[in-house]
Amino acid sequence: MAHTSSREGSGETTRRDFLELVSWSTLAVGTAVGLWPFVDSLNPSKEVLALASTEVDLEPIEPGQRVTVMWRGKPVFVAHRTPEEIEAARATPLDELRDPEPDEKRAPRPEWLVVIGICTHLGCVPVGQRSGEPRGDWGGWFCPCHGSHYDTAGRIRKGPAPLNLHLPPYTFVTDTLVRIG
Amino acid sequence: MQREFVEAPVRGVLKWIDRRLPVITWAYNELVVYPAPKNLNYWWNFGSLAGIMLTIQIVTGIVLVMHYTPHVDMAFDSVEGYIMRDVNWGWLIRYLHANGASMFFALVYIHIFRGMYYGSYKEPRELLWILGVLILVVMMATAFMGYVLPWGNMSYWAATVITNLFSAIPLVGETIVTWLWGGFTVDNPTLQRFFSLHYLLPFVIFALVFLHILALHQVGSNNPLGIDLTKKDKIPFHPYYTIKDMFGLGVFLLVYGYFVFFAPTAFIEPVNFEPANPLQTPPHIVPEWYFLPFYAILRAITFDILFIPAKLGGVIAMFASIFVLFLLPWLDTSPVRSARFRPIYRQFFWILVLDVLVLGYIGGQPPEGWYVTVGQIATAYYFLHFLVILPLLGKLERPLPLPSGLDEPVLGTAGTRAAK
Ligand code: HEM
Ligand code: FES
Repeated sequence: MAHTSSREGSGETTRRDFLELVSWSTLAVGTAVGLWPFVDSLNPSKEVLALASTEVDLEPIEPGQRVTVMWRGKPVFVAHRTPEEIEAARATPLDELRDPEPDEKRAPRPEWLVVIGICTHLGCVPVGQRSGEPRGDWGGWFCPCHGSHYDTAGRIRKGPAPLNLHLPPYTFVTDTLVRIG
Repeated sequence: MQREFVEAPVRGVLKWIDRRLPVITWAYNELVVYPAPKNLNYWWNFGSLAGIMLTIQIVTGIVLVMHYTPHVDMAFDSVEGYIMRDVNWGWLIRYLHANGASMFFALVYIHIFRGMYYGSYKEPRELLWILGVLILVVMMATAFMGYVLPWGNMSYWAATVITNLFSAIPLVGETIVTWLWGGFTVDNPTLQRFFSLHYLLPFVIFALVFLHILALHQVGSNNPLGIDLTKKDKIPFHPYYTIKDMFGLGVFLLVYGYFVFFAPTAFIEPVNFEPANPLQTPPHIVPEWYFLPFYAILRAITFDILFIPAKLGGVIAMFASIFVLFLLPWLDTSPVRSARFRPIYRQFFWILVLDVLVLGYIGGQPPEGWYVTVGQIATAYYFLHFLVILPLLGKLERPLPLPSGLDEPVLGTAGTRAAK
């Protein structure tokens, strides 16, 4: 080979080794940098991220009633829980739960539970929002896709889903108005 | 082993071209001269049928794109309203394409099981087989994304459930899913990228098919006896197999035509005649029939395995059920190719076929009660077949004596008849 120097093959590091290393790493980094815009262009665009927050008027929601609102294209379940439902959720010992989380943390105002209505298994919308729909063995929600049961705090109790229904970020603007997002 | 090429017998302008760009010689050698075993049976028709089906999908697809609108507000109406009712022959082109996908999978599945029965994946055809499995994987991605395009309610929820599979990946799962969606749910960005990829991938398949055939013609076709054949046991592809493939095509088109004209919605879920609704999950989410066995394997893992949660376990099992096919040439340790000379393997082959049919049935049922148990047993057997039975069988089974060539069995019987 033309570039073989007398020092090569002796195990010593040559200036050529250094140049090769620098060239290859520059090429690798350059390729990655060049590809990144294409990869990142597939992430949510500014328009998608800009989607406004959603406000929900709690006034008309009776105890025991549940309503669904849309936030960032996802269904959010707002449940006005009855005293029995709160009691059932609070009385559950944490070691019975797959994803242990106390009800006090999930619903700081016990009568209002706000969860994202998307099953944490593979993303179906669980049923139980309308009266008459199956609510699963723990009176919360039931996902018909592969049979996940959620309790009245939206915690996973049975079936393939690994996690509780997620909580969206939300604040109470007034006692009867909640802003999600 | 090097193939011999014959120069194409052309004159004049064609010769002028062929000297400079040997496409004519190439086509002549692949499609006319190619020496094919003279004992191929009708199971060898399915490869060329699949190739023709790919061409039909590409042609009908390109025309559909001229009328289709890839936007969540318009996709459903552009298919169910505009293409189906207003576009001249739109209904025909769409039904050819939608049923074409089902036909394509049926042909390819038969083609794969043919390969398994006759041991066509064995030395020296390992790469040929691997290219085939790659084609299957890309086909699945293509069909999945195509199914999303009409934006019916099953399209929407199938897209949601399948993309959510990636959320099972530890740590980065959610990030990957958001990236796949281009948002926080399946929505317009998802539809548009699926449309782009659905257009692209068939051409990737085309390139893979090209390599598949290159690999086939390099080592030569296997045959029902699975033995290596010499020149005298082979005949030129044209006219012998071109005519046989044309006959097979005629029979196939009758089946395809039956569905397109007399049962065009046989494979379409009724839910997909309703537009996508992000708030209303259909009570039974089922994929297209050709995905059902894999869907059953996905749902069979309802329990945690050591530190692997059930959800991730199901996803791993489903991908493994396809991946194991890549390893088949090395999992099957028997040097004998054709099941004709492997009396025990032959029985296990048919049990596997039955097992996959059972998985397909279970995949279409709700995941409750005994369906779950049967699905789990069938899933376990599927892996047992490839990972335990095949490696052991190659060592334990005693194959029947192999003939040395094609005339031997013929001469043999003639000989005994003469002796009587
Ligand atoms: C490997 C080959 C292909 C397969 C397996 C395939 C599969 C599918 C499937 C299953 C559908 C849904 C059909 C329905 O329910 O209506 C579909 C739709 C569609 N495909 Fe393909 N396709 C292939 C090639 C192509 C190509 C090459 C194009 C364009 C160049 C294309 C364009 C379309 C369009 C525009 C739709 C939406 C219209 C409709 O739903 O009928 N496809 N495809
Ligand atoms: S998506 Fe809810 S159980 Fe699978």
